[in-house]
Amino acid sequence: MVSSAIRRLELRGIVKRFPGVLANDHVSFSVNAGEIHALLGENGAGKSTLVKMIYGIMQPDAGEILWDGEEVTIANPKAARRLGVGMVFQHFSLFEAMTVLENIALGMDASIPARELETRIREVMETYGLRLDPHRLVSTLSVGERQRIEIVRALLLNPALLIMDEPTSVLTPQEVDQLFIVLRQLAKEGCSILYISHKLHEIQALCDEATILRAGRVVDTCDPKVETPRSMAEKMIGAGLKDIQKKAGRHFGDERLIVSGLDLPAEGAFDIALKDISFSVRAGEIFGIAGVAGNGQNALLLALSGEEPVSDDNMIIVDDHSLGRTRAQGRRLKGVASVPEERHGHAAVPDFSLSDNTILTARDRLGMVYSGLIRPGMARDYTGKVIQAFSVKAVGVGATAGSLSGGNLQKYIMGREILQNPTVLVVSQPTWGVDAGAAAAIHQALVDLAEKGSAIVVISQDLDELLSLCDTLAVINGGRLSAKMQVENADIEEIGLLMGGVHGDPQATAAAKEHLEAAHAHPA
Amino acid sequence: MRIRLEKRAGPSRVMVIVTPIASVLLTMILGVAIFHAMGINGFRAVQDIFLTPVLASYKWQDVAVKAAPLIIIALGLSVGNRANVWNIGAEGQYVIGALAGAGVALLFGASGGVLVILLMILAGILGGMAWAAVPAFLKNRYGVNEILSSLMLTYVALQVLSYLIGGPWKDPNGRNFPQTAPLTPEQSLPILFEKTTIHLGVAIAVILPFAFWLLMSRSVFGFQIRVVGAAPNAARYGGFDQRRTVWQAMLIGGAMAGLAGVLEFTGALKVINLGFPSGYGFTAIIVAFLGRLHPIGVLVAGVVLAITYVGGQVAQTSVHIPNSTAGIFQAMMLFFILASDILVRYRLRIVPSKAAAQAAPAGE
Repeated sequence: MVSSAIRRLELRGIVKRFPGVLANDHVSFSVNAGEIHALLGENGAGKSTLVKMIYGIMQPDAGEILWDGEEVTIANPKAARRLGVGMVFQHFSLFEAMTVLENIALGMDASIPARELETRIREVMETYGLRLDPHRLVSTLSVGERQRIEIVRALLLNPALLIMDEPTSVLTPQEVDQLFIVLRQLAKEGCSILYISHKLHEIQALCDEATILRAGRVVDTCDPKVETPRSMAEKMIGAGLKDIQKKAGRHFGDERLIVSGLDLPAEGAFDIALKDISFSVRAGEIFGIAGVAGNGQNALLLALSGEEPVSDDNMIIVDDHSLGRTRAQGRRLKGVASVPEERHGHAAVPDFSLSDNTILTARDRLGMVYSGLIRPGMARDYTGKVIQAFSVKAVGVGATAGSLSGGNLQKYIMGREILQNPTVLVVSQPTWGVDAGAAAAIHQALVDLAEKGSAIVVISQDLDELLSLCDTLAVINGGRLSAKMQVENADIEEIGLLMGGVHGDPQATAAAKEHLEAAHAHPA
Repeated sequence: MRIRLEKRAGPSRVMVIVTPIASVLLTMILGVAIFHAMGINGFRAVQDIFLTPVLASYKWQDVAVKAAPLIIIALGLSVGNRANVWNIGAEGQYVIGALAGAGVALLFGASGGVLVILLMILAGILGGMAWAAVPAFLKNRYGVNEILSSLMLTYVALQVLSYLIGGPWKDPNGRNFPQTAPLTPEQSLPILFEKTTIHLGVAIAVILPFAFWLLMSRSVFGFQIRVVGAAPNAARYGGFDQRRTVWQAMLIGGAMAGLAGVLEFTGALKVINLGFPSGYGFTAIIVAFLGRLHPIGVLVAGVVLAITYVGGQVAQTSVHIPNSTAGIFQAMMLFFILASDILVRYRLRIVPSKAAAQAAPAGE
């Protein structure tokens, strides 16, 4: 903001080594008072390690941390909080069965009487427009509301530096806007913010300065306002970014996947039931399902893949085959392939070799089984093909799935399903935790598969991904699916409202919009 | 200084082999120490229990005959354990298998021959399966823990045994002893080597591990068992049915235990009396784990455990320790193997105390 401002935090030549990896290699940068500073980088670039050292969870092997111009040693998170560092983690540490107030009280270093704490919580919420009832049970709160608890918890300590780790990955666009209002207000009051994200347009909208890390090293410090998301992405991955090559004027064939009136009861208390889900996907079409985590995405994937068969055959029709009650193996033979969100232990067995993981889903369709016996040679050949076609970095077909990095394992899993030429492919979070290079390759592979006439369903919480990848889109909320819309005339505002739970009812949508605008008008 | 466990990149193949061997050695060392503390010649005891059966050739046949049921039962259990199905009731399935064989023998009276023996063996397998089917059904239908139900059924099986041999199946010429009529030579398994007790069942116990090896490593069924055990969600994703796997794993365990029972009956003991259940079904659990749930490992581990059985009897006469001492050694082996299991996935690292203190407060 102001160039002469004092340096709240300065890192000089920070080095952190793990067995076999140099996580941070002489990292230096500084954050001024009142500055919103972005820390950018791909997975494994060293962002988390760096932040953990600032918050006292780890100690640097070499280098200095300066706080307000003085060198400090941050021995543990308690010391960091005493110094004035607050942190909001990507994964919340909250007890579901306790109230907001109880959760905040548990996280405090000093014990404060409940009544006094409540007064202070209400003050903080008042100041920053964070609406939250201190006496609600956490289990009844949305993800956005839960994040607010973490923010309030951090703000109660009057931090001079607030670290936010991927804060928007679970929020609807409207919740993101509200968060930004709070962060800007904090910065105005002089609090520095270290904002970790890979969502480049958010960084452009919010941050004053960005430090870009690649392979543990600072590659650039830039002003995101003068950069483009593309130029920052290229600095992040250190190479030119490939656009998705989509043919213009794509036309779709017949309906290949028809889902009608699909119901699936919830299994556990915190599980979501699917209610009356209907949609259809044509040959060559990529259909996206947006939604905030925990709104029935997992159940929908299980229902479509056949891991959880539904009660009526006609609820799921693939190429004239009624498959509702058919299980996963039978559906695969009819050409339905799927990729669940969780890679370890669901889409792949970490302890098994890649070749054995190939047998897991490809054995029947590709004839790898002969009278009950597995033909390991065929599995190895096919695995080799997948590794080559999808440039999977692995020591060979015998490498265990668990030894691959997230992005490489995902490329292998996607490749394993795509090279089987499925008629219908259902994928959940195809690029979750995957670096930009691998994500681009996966997106392109999906587009190419659609080009060949497959129907593709992409379930994702990353709205940007869906908007750039899909032809059509619907939103899942509370186990219900909205009407299908064309991506080119989709209204982000409306999608956001659907994600937040307003179901395609025009009146309600309008009312919610008004409400939202009112909230925007009175930020404080 | 502090010792820290660090996850390995992958399971260590070396440790898979080393830990069972180390467990046996540790058991021997600890045995020496304990016996010394008790005022018994520890070296002599451990030597008699572990080495005499190996060095004295006249003990080999005893080892072979004792190893056979252990190996056969453990093969079946290792299939279940790989799929996380915990059949603790092999002892009961073993008893019911033998009783089913005895029932067939009674049905045919004095007549025998290959057909009758085959029928007896088949009945033994089916008997064991039937007994294992109960916990499988209860688990799949009502979610009853198979560890408890299979174990409790063992005690039911023992009651069935004492009822039958004390009542309807009591040997009419047996001077009122509660036992079945001895099998005629035509109803007994052939002896493989003259002037020994090594019967056909021993050969079966040597061949079966290789068949199981093929089954587990090459067949879709073996793959299914391994996936269900390693990652149940991945198994469901791969199209394998959890319930069916429970059925199959339990039935194979029961079939093998039943087979072992009927082979022991027609091959070694020829009668069923109250002493028939000798704990093979429980010891086989140790064999399965000591053998790393691998069929060939089970073959080796079965021999090791059989040695402790035979050695226990030797030590009983040489250093006058009770026969049940062998059981203590077997239990120690199981403890060591289970405890050292962690080294397959983790490595020990000695870290300076400074780093340890810093790592500790990382609560978030």
